[in-house]
Amino acid sequence: MTFSPEPTVSVKNLEVVFSDASGVVHALRDVSFTLPHNSFTTLIGVSGSGKSTLLRVLAGLVEPTKGEVQFNKRQPRVGLVFQKPNLMPWRRVIENISLPLELENIPKEEIRARAQELIELVGLEGFEQAYPRDLSGGMAQRVAIARSLMQDPDLLLLDEPFGALDALMRERMGDELLKIWHARRKTVLMVTHSIAEAIYLSDKVLVLSPRPGQIILELTVDLPRPRTPEVRYLPAFGDLVHELRDCLSEENNPSNLTGKPFPYKQEC
Amino acid sequence: MKIPTLQRLLMLVISLSLGVWVWHLLASFLRLPAFILPGPTLVWQRFLQTLLSGQLIRHASVTLLEVVAGLLVGGLSATILGYLLSKSPTFENLISPYLVASQSIPIVAIAPLLVIWFGPGIFSKVLICSLTVFFPVLINTVVGLREVPQDLRNLMRSLQATPIQTFRKLEVPAALPIFLGGLRVGATLSVIGAVVGELVGSDRGLGFLINVARGQYDTALVFVALFTLMMMAIALYGLVLLIESRLLAWQSWRQK
Repeated sequence: MTFSPEPTVSVKNLEVVFSDASGVVHALRDVSFTLPHNSFTTLIGVSGSGKSTLLRVLAGLVEPTKGEVQFNKRQPRVGLVFQKPNLMPWRRVIENISLPLELENIPKEEIRARAQELIELVGLEGFEQAYPRDLSGGMAQRVAIARSLMQDPDLLLLDEPFGALDALMRERMGDELLKIWHARRKTVLMVTHSIAEAIYLSDKVLVLSPRPGQIILELTVDLPRPRTPEVRYLPAFGDLVHELRDCLSEENNPSNLTGKPFPYKQEC
Repeated sequence: MKIPTLQRLLMLVISLSLGVWVWHLLASFLRLPAFILPGPTLVWQRFLQTLLSGQLIRHASVTLLEVVAGLLVGGLSATILGYLLSKSPTFENLISPYLVASQSIPIVAIAPLLVIWFGPGIFSKVLICSLTVFFPVLINTVVGLREVPQDLRNLMRSLQATPIQTFRKLEVPAALPIFLGGLRVGATLSVIGAVVGELVGSDRGLGFLINVARGQYDTALVFVALFTLMMMAIALYGLVLLIESRLLAWQSWRQK
């Protein structure tokens, strides 16, 4: 797959240190990568490896201690989907999706039209007037995805969006997400815990080590697109799963060998 | 479980008539003098009498004015202060000793002082009402704003919402249920505040009417004033409930 030469985001030597009453936490260390234009990248790592922190830095919610995040344009728009759908319970489905554009000076009719379009894209026709309490977990997450697309973001960040769903629903939502991604090409960075999900969805998988998080593997996924469930049975898929699992396994976890964080970067 | 409205209304009527009947039996069987326990018939006669003479309306409207004015003044100032408190921990640390101290004094105990300072007119009563309303509304404003989910705050930040947008689209609707709960408590407390103020010293209002009737051993009139106060408190409570059900339609699962 080819991309336009300029990546949407370049992250260079990113470092994030939190300090609070209990001491200093080194969340991320020397993290560098690029997100090519319109590519789908997943970020994987054990709990506490700073995946969410990295996402928050890209979303502008956390200031990096060192290093820089460079977008290919000024004032980029970033769409954010959290693990929980995070809908406003007092707003109907269509009102939740409309929220991002209500914050800008855009005529009401135009907002409605765009929201309606996205409702159809995520397959929620007929639920426009429902309140979030009447939605299932999968439906609520679709609303959240539609909302994140409302501003036509340059970068879409997904923080374990299907983490709260059961395994079957999760696979279905993955396919759904790919469908949406093919319809509205976006640069996507998604955090996940699932190795199979990471490979199935992405062009590239980034593996983050335990704290302080460093990228220990950049795995290019060269599987044919559009991906169908049969892709999972290709030998190449199995090889990639194998490689990723080895990298994430205990033996390669540097902090387990020495009992404390490794002072240098350990590549897989 | 949802009971049909008509059936609920019927139950209410039955329950109230039963209460009146028991009251009637008590008054007639115990053969108590009317100044100890007047029967329902006597109280009803007294009620019609004071209603037709305009006496009841005159006093009730004074009390109602005090109650509503107190609710507005106390509620509004508590909301503004509550918002500031939830925004600034420094401000909260600065103010909270006074808040706690003011709440440790019963309103009943400072009512005489307020009447001495501000006279026996309406103003001192409005002040007492405001003070009783103030605290529950303040607390619920602060709690309501604190309970706004951090994830939704992050969402608004990632959407680059201005502080005013965050206030209008997130903080107000999110804090509203808890805030209105405080207002509901405040509405009934305001009635108590007004009566306390009037009992301490006044020349008008239902509290004044109770004082006068008590002096004349006109116990039936005391009952009339008490029932009027009760109606007033229930009506105010119901009004806030009505506002709640209008504004919080999305929460209709609560009633289910």
